[in-house]
Amino acid sequence: MKEPERSAELGPAHPLWAGPGEGLVLPSYRRDHELHDPPYDWPEYRGTLLRHPRRPLVPIPDTLSEVTGPLFGADEISPADADLTAGHGGEPQGQKIVLHGRVLDGNGKPIPETLIEIWQANAAGRYWHSGDRHPAPLDPYFTGAGRCLTDSQGRYRFITVRPGSYPWGNHFNAWRPAHIHLSLFGRAFAQRLITQMYFPGDPMFEFDPIFQSVRDRRDRERLICEFDFEATTPEWALGYRFDIVLRGHDRTPFEEGR
Amino acid sequence: MSSPAEQTLAPTPSQTIGPFFGFALPLASERFVVPAGTNGAISIVGRLLDGEHQPVADGLIETWQANPEGRFYHPDDPRGPFEGDGFRGFGRSATDGGGRFELLTVKPGCLPGPGDTTQAPHIAVSVFARGLLQRLVTRIYFGDEEEANAADPVLSTLQLGESRRQRLLAAPIDGGYRFDIVLQGPDESAFLSI
Repeated sequence: MKEPERSAELGPAHPLWAGPGEGLVLPSYRRDHELHDPPYDWPEYRGTLLRHPRRPLVPIPDTLSEVTGPLFGADEISPADADLTAGHGGEPQGQKIVLHGRVLDGNGKPIPETLIEIWQANAAGRYWHSGDRHPAPLDPYFTGAGRCLTDSQGRYRFITVRPGSYPWGNHFNAWRPAHIHLSLFGRAFAQRLITQMYFPGDPMFEFDPIFQSVRDRRDRERLICEFDFEATTPEWALGYRFDIVLRGHDRTPFEEGR
Repeated sequence: MSSPAEQTLAPTPSQTIGPFFGFALPLASERFVVPAGTNGAISIVGRLLDGEHQPVADGLIETWQANPEGRFYHPDDPRGPFEGDGFRGFGRSATDGGGRFELLTVKPGCLPGPGDTTQAPHIAVSVFARGLLQRLVTRIYFGDEEEANAADPVLSTLQLGESRRQRLLAAPIDGGYRFDIVLQGPDESAFLSI
């Protein structure tokens, strides 16, 4: 791993480290995610029934453990990991797509060199997972897992196929809207996010309790990628764009003094 | 000075990890925060249980911690990152059919906390599973660090109460510690808002 760079807006590492707590200049992450995230208790999604805590969460201040987090180096990730259509011995079935975008923090700053992991069903709506009993065909040329690091501008790019919808047992005739799962680390434990990205105009949106668990329409819209003609490649693939925002931190006195 | 960097953007909402992540993450090696055979290595084993004490067989446990000297390999630690020795401090383990997870790591050191406090050795934990629309966060403290635990600012949080305080303590066992996570019910784990 190469030497990581300190968040520029925090200024240089504090020179007067003087022992426990004194002179500790830490970023503090805004808790505005609480306004936008879905609740733990969401009866329409049956899986939540026995898995949501009943007691309120106990708030704790950001400490060193929350404002730091795992960093991953380019030497750990192969560029080939970002192409889900290659490496399995043949061309997968389905509509090939380019999925790209940027990872930003809540202050609009790109997050460079941060890990994104994605996974998804194949074009027929079947996961490469022994627990998936949907009788749609597996595709020997598609597993549906990929990863990449953002570049210095926070940009990422995957090549994959558009996943299919699939039924699930939540209620009668329940089908998930087509989606791709995303896992992001940002640069702090406080920024960790796992979410799902959907495609524009999916007719399943109004019937899906997982999508609808995000209660504000504007927040749900931020889970939908947009068709991107610029990223669409002639005779090859459709382009989609999806930007991801991780929690931002409060601006420091240092920053405001500039 | 006004610049695009000063806008405030709402965070992308969370969605559940779902049941079918196992072929994508975690990597088998990620269970090892330190390599097998590391001096002072400890196992952390536990079960993830639901509100009826049934095992959660499709969960993912992630851990993040300082090294034994209480340092992070991270630039936002104001003391600066420690010299890289291959220790990252990140681990993750999927749960098995019995809800069991297992990690191999080393006990982290004490950390400076808010004000003049000192945080007892602890590991930050994220819990993901089907049925969790966002992660749950808790901490692993070590039951045999009584003196450090007594001074820890999080363990002393009043809202916690004694029963949930106990739920943050891993019990010493042969070769390491045991830490069960209960999502719901009378012995529900202490989940933290960060």
